[in-house]
Amino acid sequence: MSEILDAPATDTAMVRVSALTKSYGGGASWLSRLGKGGPSTLKALDGVDLDLRPGEILALVGESGSGKSTLAKILVGSTTPTSGDVSYRGASAPSHRDRETSRRVQMVFQDPYSSLNPRLTVGRMLAELLLLHRIVPRREVRAESIRLLNLVGLEEEVLGAYPSQFSGGQRQRLAIARAIAVRPDVLIADEPVSALDVSVQATILELFTSLRAELGLSILFIAHNLAVVQHLSDRVAVMYLGRIVEVADTREIFARPRHPYTRALIDSIPRMREASVNDAFELDGEPPSPYHVPAGCRFHPRCALAGDACRATDPPLLQVGPAHLSACLKADELAAIPLPDPAQELP
Amino acid sequence: MSVEGGSAPLSVQDLTIGLRRPGGRSVAIVEDVSFDVDPGQRLGIVGESGSGKSLTLRAVAGLLPRGVEVLSGRVEFGGRDLLTMPAKDRRALMGPEIAMIFQEPMTALNPVMRVGDQIAEGPRRHLGLSAKEARELAVSMMARTGIPDPARRAKAYPHELSGGLRQRIMIAMAVSCGPRLLLCDEPTTALDVTVQLQVLKLLEKLCDDTGASLVFVTHDLAVVNQTCSELAVMYAGHIVEAGGVKDTFRQPRHPYTRALLESAPDFDHPERELIPIPGFAPNVADRPSGCPFAPRCGYVRDHCTEAVPPLEEVIPGRLAACFESDRLVEVLA
Ligand SMILES: Nc1ncnc2c1ncn2[C@@H]1O[C@H](COP(=O)(O)OP(=O)(O)OP(=O)(O)O)[C@@H](O)[C@H]1O
Ligand SMILES: Nc1ncnc2c1ncn2[C@@H]1O[C@H](COP(=O)(O)OP(=O)(O)OP(=O)(O)O)[C@@H](O)[C@H]1O
Ligand code: SF4
Ligand SMILES: [Mg+2]
Ligand SMILES: [Mg+2]
Repeated sequence: MSEILDAPATDTAMVRVSALTKSYGGGASWLSRLGKGGPSTLKALDGVDLDLRPGEILALVGESGSGKSTLAKILVGSTTPTSGDVSYRGASAPSHRDRETSRRVQMVFQDPYSSLNPRLTVGRMLAELLLLHRIVPRREVRAESIRLLNLVGLEEEVLGAYPSQFSGGQRQRLAIARAIAVRPDVLIADEPVSALDVSVQATILELFTSLRAELGLSILFIAHNLAVVQHLSDRVAVMYLGRIVEVADTREIFARPRHPYTRALIDSIPRMREASVNDAFELDGEPPSPYHVPAGCRFHPRCALAGDACRATDPPLLQVGPAHLSACLKADELAAIPLPDPAQELP
Repeated sequence: MSVEGGSAPLSVQDLTIGLRRPGGRSVAIVEDVSFDVDPGQRLGIVGESGSGKSLTLRAVAGLLPRGVEVLSGRVEFGGRDLLTMPAKDRRALMGPEIAMIFQEPMTALNPVMRVGDQIAEGPRRHLGLSAKEARELAVSMMARTGIPDPARRAKAYPHELSGGLRQRIMIAMAVSCGPRLLLCDEPTTALDVTVQLQVLKLLEKLCDDTGASLVFVTHDLAVVNQTCSELAVMYAGHIVEAGGVKDTFRQPRHPYTRALLESAPDFDHPERELIPIPGFAPNVADRPSGCPFAPRCGYVRDHCTEAVPPLEEVIPGRLAACFESDRLVEVLA
């Protein structure tokens, strides 16, 4: 599928995944061996190609349960793909990561509660990491820890505290401090700001932007809040049911979505001023089961534009404009339907 | 389903929550918080991370974490004080009358019980349904929160579900008994916006159809705008501003609210710079004297650090705890 990626011939991606699949469950179930209860494998990822370019902030958005966290966990090596390839700077990443590779690709998990060791104080947690990866000499550990905490909007006095003593948002900031402590090249951030108040969120977004500018950090940013995505990211990839269905530059994708699912997302964004939800692209129908992916286009049962071809053909992710990929057979038809202008909806 | 005699379903008065330290000294984390919620009304609580939003909800639900206690105040539900009623009576209200959706679903779900059974437990116990009926209700509640293939998902354990699916399990559990008061702590942050819209409409419908009241804690100001009519803004354990959502967003009268709005991304104004609030939130153990926001406030004057500004009506229908509220007259775009 590499001909559809608009990267130059030399591999310039920081991280690239190709034809990635991940299934859960399956063979082991006696029900499936008896042929009862339907298929028991769940396809969390069903053929994903994506590259993260050096120094870019790429947002990964989409349906709950579409496989975003699964993809992230494969990228940091905390779970293995069923098939497909992950490469890091052009070299295939071993399924068992050495310490150096795991340092370079860091992750902030979606649920900070379960990802922080409850028995370590914040100071101990940071010190162990800084020493293990030889980031600073022992005598500078304390100063470096304080610098990291300040970066995420926390103060020195939290060094002696345990994770349970923090609020949800404070814990998320600890998780971010821990990830950037080891000076990674790539940061995979799974909903890093959704638990934060908007002021701290603005600080973290600014932090991500400056880490990118100063350290050339590449960031894969998983988020549901599309106002945040619009603000922060350079490019956006949209997932639906285990596939990437659209990729484009941020400005382009919000101005000219070329997949009906992206369009439904945009039309569902809660707005700060008037309630401007547009019913035309509101999704109806049952969301499909990842156990039985619909034939043809996986989005067709819920799509306002679906036609006969959509029920028969599984559309590949193809170029539909400069640096714009879509997996929709009617991408051109969709382009002709204008987006609502929020300014015109004011009463 | 409305409550007779003018007593709001939920009335919180001067609620102070904190830690009781050995030797009788106590540290207040949430201080003198008061608010009422009418039948069918939807109140949004926003504010700083660590300001006490979750503790306030948990105090109402009687589910404070170990070591944290209500130090003073009243929490009335349908005219009865929840804090002084026997623990048994209070527990009996949880589920059929008051339900809560937690911020971190993983900590609230039982990891070794199938999610469908967890949802069915309440209806079986409180609505007198048979095991089979309760299971069917569980599956239909799951479907209403937009969970695909609900009958099969009902048999899953929490760790087998994505973050958003787990959150919808919590929501299905909370609404399954048709409560009169629904306490939501960031119920939709893990959901994609199409599902979020569906869930918000479900909650709205529950309020409109049954007169249930909603208290909705979130950081997403756009969600508050879309879902709630009333707003309370918390900072450092206090409510610093309260009023109608639309009016307050248009013309905030407390500098913290204003700063919050200026730091929030607005999808319709992508070019606007996000301005974080300078400095750090105060540590609960040593709050500054005077207004807790003073060290970070752009409107601060000498008297602000001398006394704590009371929460007062500054314009009809709006309360603000700021000595300088009159200077905040600008209407935000
Ligand atoms: N350990 C597991 N066992 C079985 N199924 C799993 C497991 N982990 C994830 N899944 C399933 O794989 C699919 C993808 O999950 P994933 O967590 O990647 O979704 P997501 O896009 O991150 O969703 P969300 O936005 O809700 O976090 C979901 O259907 C989920 O239920
Ligand atoms: N179990 C506990 N023991 C001691 N202090 C606690 C405990 N739980 C919370 N706190 C403290 O109480 C304060 C309020 O916490 P709370 O969880 O109510 O904040 P919040 O407003 O919900 O924040 P967030 O938006 O980050 O979820 C925080 O400063 C926190 O450190
Ligand atoms: S291919 Fe057809 S069904 Fe799929 S998204 Fe496009 S129009 Fe809809
Ligand atoms: Mg996820
Ligand atoms: Mg909270």
